[in-house]
Amino acid sequence: MNIQLRDGIEEAQAVGTELDPWRGFTVGRWTQEIDLRGFLLDNVTPYTGDASFLASVTPRTAALWATLKDLLKAERDAGGVLDVDPTVVASIVSHKAGYIDRDLEQIVGLQTDRPLRRAIMPFGGYRMVKSGLDAYGFAADPTFDKVFPSLRKTHNDGVFDVYTPEALRCRKSGVITGLPDAYGRGRIIGDYRRTALYGVARLIEDKKAQAKSLELDQLDEEVLRLREEIAEQIKALKELVAMAKSYGFDITRPAANAREAVQWTYFSYLAAVKESNGAAMSIGRVSSFLDVYFERDIAEGTLDEAGAQEILDHFVMKLRIVRFLRTPDYDALFSGDPTWVTESIGGMAIDGRTLVTKSSFRFLHTLETLGPAPEPNLTVLWSEKLPKGFKDFCAEMSIRTSSIQYENDDLMRPYWGDDYGIACCVSAMRIGKQMQFFGARANLAKTLLYAINGGRDEKSGEQVGPTLAPVTGDVLDYEDVKAKFVPMMEWLARVYVNALNSIHYMHDKYMYERIEMALHDRDILRTMACGIAGLSVACDSLSAIKYAKVSVVRDDTGLVKEYVIDGEYPAFGNNDARVDDIAVWLVETFMGCIRKQKTYRHAMPTMSVLTITSNVVYGKKTGNTPDGRKAGEPFAPGANPMHGRDSKGALASMASVAKLPYQHSQDGISYTFTIVPNALGGSQPDRVDNLTGLLDGYFAQGGHHINVNVFDRETLLHAMDHPELYPQLTIRVSGYAVNFIKLTREQQLDVISRTFHGIE
Amino acid sequence: MGSSEHPSGRSAAPVPSGAGVVRPAIRGWVHSTETGGAVDGPGIRFVLFLAGCLLRCQYCHNPDSWHMHHGKPTTSREILDEIRGYASFLKRARGGVTLSGGEPLVQPDFTAAILRGCKEMGLHTALDTAGFLGLHADDFLLADVDLVLLDIKAFTEATYHDLTGVALAPTLAFAERLAAMKKPVWLRYVLVPGLTDKFDEIDGLAAFAAGLGNVERVDVLPFHKMGEFKWAAEGVPYRLADTEPPSRELIDRTRAAFRDHGLNVA
Repeated sequence: MNIQLRDGIEEAQAVGTELDPWRGFTVGRWTQEIDLRGFLLDNVTPYTGDASFLASVTPRTAALWATLKDLLKAERDAGGVLDVDPTVVASIVSHKAGYIDRDLEQIVGLQTDRPLRRAIMPFGGYRMVKSGLDAYGFAADPTFDKVFPSLRKTHNDGVFDVYTPEALRCRKSGVITGLPDAYGRGRIIGDYRRTALYGVARLIEDKKAQAKSLELDQLDEEVLRLREEIAEQIKALKELVAMAKSYGFDITRPAANAREAVQWTYFSYLAAVKESNGAAMSIGRVSSFLDVYFERDIAEGTLDEAGAQEILDHFVMKLRIVRFLRTPDYDALFSGDPTWVTESIGGMAIDGRTLVTKSSFRFLHTLETLGPAPEPNLTVLWSEKLPKGFKDFCAEMSIRTSSIQYENDDLMRPYWGDDYGIACCVSAMRIGKQMQFFGARANLAKTLLYAINGGRDEKSGEQVGPTLAPVTGDVLDYEDVKAKFVPMMEWLARVYVNALNSIHYMHDKYMYERIEMALHDRDILRTMACGIAGLSVACDSLSAIKYAKVSVVRDDTGLVKEYVIDGEYPAFGNNDARVDDIAVWLVETFMGCIRKQKTYRHAMPTMSVLTITSNVVYGKKTGNTPDGRKAGEPFAPGANPMHGRDSKGALASMASVAKLPYQHSQDGISYTFTIVPNALGGSQPDRVDNLTGLLDGYFAQGGHHINVNVFDRETLLHAMDHPELYPQLTIRVSGYAVNFIKLTREQQLDVISRTFHGIE
Repeated sequence: MGSSEHPSGRSAAPVPSGAGVVRPAIRGWVHSTETGGAVDGPGIRFVLFLAGCLLRCQYCHNPDSWHMHHGKPTTSREILDEIRGYASFLKRARGGVTLSGGEPLVQPDFTAAILRGCKEMGLHTALDTAGFLGLHADDFLLADVDLVLLDIKAFTEATYHDLTGVALAPTLAFAERLAAMKKPVWLRYVLVPGLTDKFDEIDGLAAFAAGLGNVERVDVLPFHKMGEFKWAAEGVPYRLADTEPPSRELIDRTRAAFRDHGLNVA
């Protein structure tokens, strides 16, 4: 299994390998080729019991977490960024080994040489790095000014070389927002488990075989690109070995016990976050894989439950302190300092067994041993067939911490199999076999206003879209508006996908994710993951036009600036087919527009209905809308009904959202559900029963995703004024959990004003 | 997933009797619906608030449902069509339909029609009632009720009358009738400091409830003032404006009083 590693990396040492790393495993096809799913299904021990086996926090973990909590407080006190190393361009091997407390840490490895010290990653865009440094009072090494962009072009430079004027106009007006053209695109999940199961030597061997398979008669652009990428992947794998070695580990060989399996897995993830500052850097679906090792160690008598929990606690602590240098603008858009270290937990195997293991519990249990936190982004793949003990435990943790999001495994399994993970918030992808080209989102509500105004921006008055016929009457006519809306959507989809093609072409060229892609197969499925914002605003606007009377108020240039509604209209979120059908039509129609576009690298077009917290920013950039929403008011997050308009209770709201067709929104449909504890039941057992019932019911209806927040308004209002008392208050917003006290005051108010189901 | 049976009442019959039979629509007055109720019976429930009530409870939090005309006129068919859209969800969420109010037994024909329709859909049904109009509920109506949420608001005629404006006896008679039918009951008791916190009365009620044999659970509901603004809207003076919600200690003591009689207190 050992191979010769060149480039200054010494030959792998067979230290500590007296034990066969695969001892006791059921062998199968996975021994012949890289096949994590095969290994998992051959060796997983499903657990159908309850949470009573869990151990409480160890003194070592408590001490380490106390140290880290002090550091996290210092980071908050420093205004959000504790420290940056402005002298070195980050890479897998750019920094020497760093520790929080070397004597206590069971799992080691930091992005830089000190905890919470951020690295600079300029290949996405140097300007972004500079403004990040400026904002937090640091200065870049002056030599970088000579390097970027004159000696080394960045992704950002490349994109702006090719953006069309039209794309720039759309970007500026905000009809398309959040494009990853100045930083890492993220939403790629390396199969970090491969390192643990196979060791890096075997992975390099595999990559070399892939390169060999591409010694073809005709080396065209496609083949050459892939050959170059594989060469880069091999270099990254070698750097991964060197980085692990700086911490004293030889990861060329497979992991031989649970602690090593976690350490190996973490090292490969760490390599990814050392060189890529992707918007979402998800970890994948590691818990039940790691469980195989925990089960073996426990059976061999070398580990007990407290020890197993300790290892995972220390792993999770590391995942909680992944940091990137961002600008304050970026943080305002995404609320806080997110990294989306999403871990997908649970789900069912295609063969009918559950993939819930004891380690699924242990992962969720970190919310108790370490307290609640937004990272890692704990995502439960819910199936009606999940064991009751696990469902109850999830519900209990949700009620106590609001730190879990749920996604419908029964809905996704037919699409993505049983070894997919969630990237970011709602994007499912087969681990190691699929990636996405992250596409931010188009503002559908604003697009509707463009349709009414013949392509002119309702705020600036500029001609952003094509000069199509505007609405001329004083009262909006449904068929007329709809007929103008469709071509505007067609136009937007074209500009949008062209912008994304530009971005991902340049990203592959200037900021290729070497190590993440090294942990993928040679041939993968790529999706072009478009998104929409403002769905409920757009469909309520159309509903108002159709069922009430909406008159327009124009300024002296003829631009429609205001709308006057006379009468009532059915609003999305009340399970009313009259308006819900409009929402479905919007999703299908816009997806249809996207499907017509040619995508970079033949990516499969998909779409999400997701805003994260940027619903606030999208609202700011959008004028008055025909549904009665005032200019600047936040949109509802994701696929949520507009605040306060869903008046028939939770089931009606859920039913409306569940109608949105997943087949036309395969990148995910996000729904945020907030309820006060007392409305969920009078006692804790009632609340647990009722929450699992809600989840079973929502998902059986075809709902895709749900964030569950269980807290009362008073808690939030108090936390706004006394952030120091709530350092760990976590809330879930549209696909993601954030630390409440890190939100801007505006975002805090938005969260509070969202529907609190169950308040009379 | 364990047993699919309900924690309370009969399990839903696999082939509901009468399903598919077309029945005449009954007219009724509905105040509002809440599609995701979790505190009015087991599981997640579709709660139908019917308009109209004869009681004038001092602590009423829905004074805007006292009169039938507070509601909207509708028909049992319309309501059942709406419920049908949630039937699958409600079953999976181990819930059902709760008829509340107002007082559902002010409109017994309408109530019966909806209960029948729900049973034909295989849904668990709960009737939230003060019991004063128990005689309006004939045996056919009650046969379609899986669970009665019975509010016994006080246990002496004097207190009951002062609190509600009507007599207690019909409610107790109804409770005994339900006991004779072995109809599952969740007893609900609203705890109001200075009004319903007399422990000799609470003890008497607990003994009575325990003696019935069909009380599966007791919910002690702490008084709250979330409905106060509705009284102002109705132009009726609210007598409990100065009353505070009960203390934790009082709530615990009250729950203990029911437990002391062997009752299951949530």
